[in-house]
Amino acid sequence: MRSHPFRCLLAVAAVFGLGASCGSSSPSSMAAGEPASSRGAAKGTLKVFAAASLTAAFHDAKTGLGSTDPNLTVTYSFAGSNALVTQVQQGAPADVFASADQRNMTTLVRAGVVEAPIVFARNRLQIAVGPGNPKGITGLADLAEPGVSVVLAAPGVPVGDYTREVAARLGISITPRSLETDVRSALTKVTTGEVDATVVYLTDVRAAGSKAVGVDIAEVQQPAIGYPIAIVKATRNRAAAEAFVRSATSGAVQRSLVAQGFLPP
Amino acid sequence: MTPRRWAGGAILAGPAIVALALVVLPLVGLLQGAPWDSIISELTESEALLALRLSLECSLGALAASVALGTPLAWVLARRRFPGRSLVRALVLLPMVLPPVVGGIALLSAFGRRGFAGGWLYELTGWRLPFTTGGAILAETFVAMPFFVVTAEAAFRSLDRRADEAAATLGASPAYRFRRVTLPAVAPALAAGSALAWARALGEFGATITFAGNFPGTTQTMPLAIYLNLQSGNSGVAIALSLVLLTVSLAVLVGLRDRWLGTT
Repeated sequence: MRSHPFRCLLAVAAVFGLGASCGSSSPSSMAAGEPASSRGAAKGTLKVFAAASLTAAFHDAKTGLGSTDPNLTVTYSFAGSNALVTQVQQGAPADVFASADQRNMTTLVRAGVVEAPIVFARNRLQIAVGPGNPKGITGLADLAEPGVSVVLAAPGVPVGDYTREVAARLGISITPRSLETDVRSALTKVTTGEVDATVVYLTDVRAAGSKAVGVDIAEVQQPAIGYPIAIVKATRNRAAAEAFVRSATSGAVQRSLVAQGFLPP
Repeated sequence: MTPRRWAGGAILAGPAIVALALVVLPLVGLLQGAPWDSIISELTESEALLALRLSLECSLGALAASVALGTPLAWVLARRRFPGRSLVRALVLLPMVLPPVVGGIALLSAFGRRGFAGGWLYELTGWRLPFTTGGAILAETFVAMPFFVVTAEAAFRSLDRRADEAAATLGASPAYRFRRVTLPAVAPALAAGSALAWARALGEFGATITFAGNFPGTTQTMPLAIYLNLQSGNSGVAIALSLVLLTVSLAVLVGLRDRWLGTT
């Protein structure tokens, strides 16, 4: 029985010792991170956290992003920009962050987690409906009709906030059936036929191919949608991160983005 | 104690402490990160209150469905012999090990607006389950019912039939025997199964968000509100709601202590 006090002591030490070290690691100290070690050519791995609406654009090999160097492996994490902000603030190992709005990027800039962002693309909102537009939707006002089922993205998700902003400006009150976690998930509810319509970006409707049809929103109603991209200060592959951000504004990538429906910055 | 046994104890103590820390540290983190000074205001925020109320409604609805439908099912599985019984039992228990998000997709394929059953329902009545509270209850029932059935079936199977047979020889009807002989004997097991199923329903996330969607007051139960709030950077509300669920889980555990924790 003499071993019991020893075990208890060890347990207490383990719990409090580890607990204390966990408690001290705040997001800001993680953001400071370690200094970037490699400053040579782009190689190794690069983790890019990007808005869900960039999925098709960044996955497309023709875009040329990150595929310039065979020694570099680029991995992407796509989600709602707000979810990515939370992850990066919690110390997720991102090297580059691309947001679908200024607000989420500003959150990380103010927190001192990312370097100065640059806008590399713009986009437009479009109403997405099922093939053949069975409900005959012609504009945002139709989404307020009682017979039309709609999902929108959740508060904080850029496309949802843009849509609510425009609807509020026009005095249209849309009651969604569900608030989706990102733009792709909102679009899926339309392509699977669970609802009649949602509001996404023009580029998402294009990427959905024949499974969705886009209904244009008038130019005067369009919000200003810019995609800022920035290097995460804690990156361990600064050279590759810089190259990636630089290439986002390069001619070849810009041409490919425009071909997919994005607008130049 | 001999030195040798002491060494053996120390070797076991290491991994055991790590295992304990693995469970305890996240809970310590949750408590440490809790917004203690504002926890009441976080929880009484309208959206948190909606989620609390909806979670209660949905989980109790799922529990009611699990007991009403699961008790006869458990009885049949325990007391009736029929071909394919093992297969039926495996199917019934499948949601316990199935990833909930897969359950959500399966529910959509069956009961969605384009699903084979849901499409037919929608054509006929214009009524649909996805994005409704009924859909959230269905998703929770799908995931939670097996927990009730598995506990109830074990109780029905281990029942001493002699009391039932004795009552039968004394002329008691089957319904009377079930109510006065069988039910009192299995009541503790049914209560434990109910507690398990209710706790599982209360914590359901994957099947609910996949099948029922996410809307405050309609389908946004507590786990969904926690996830959405965390994603939007409202970690205060998220942690406050998490503490509510943690408290409920602890209460369920305390309620089941005689079954699980022993009496030492």
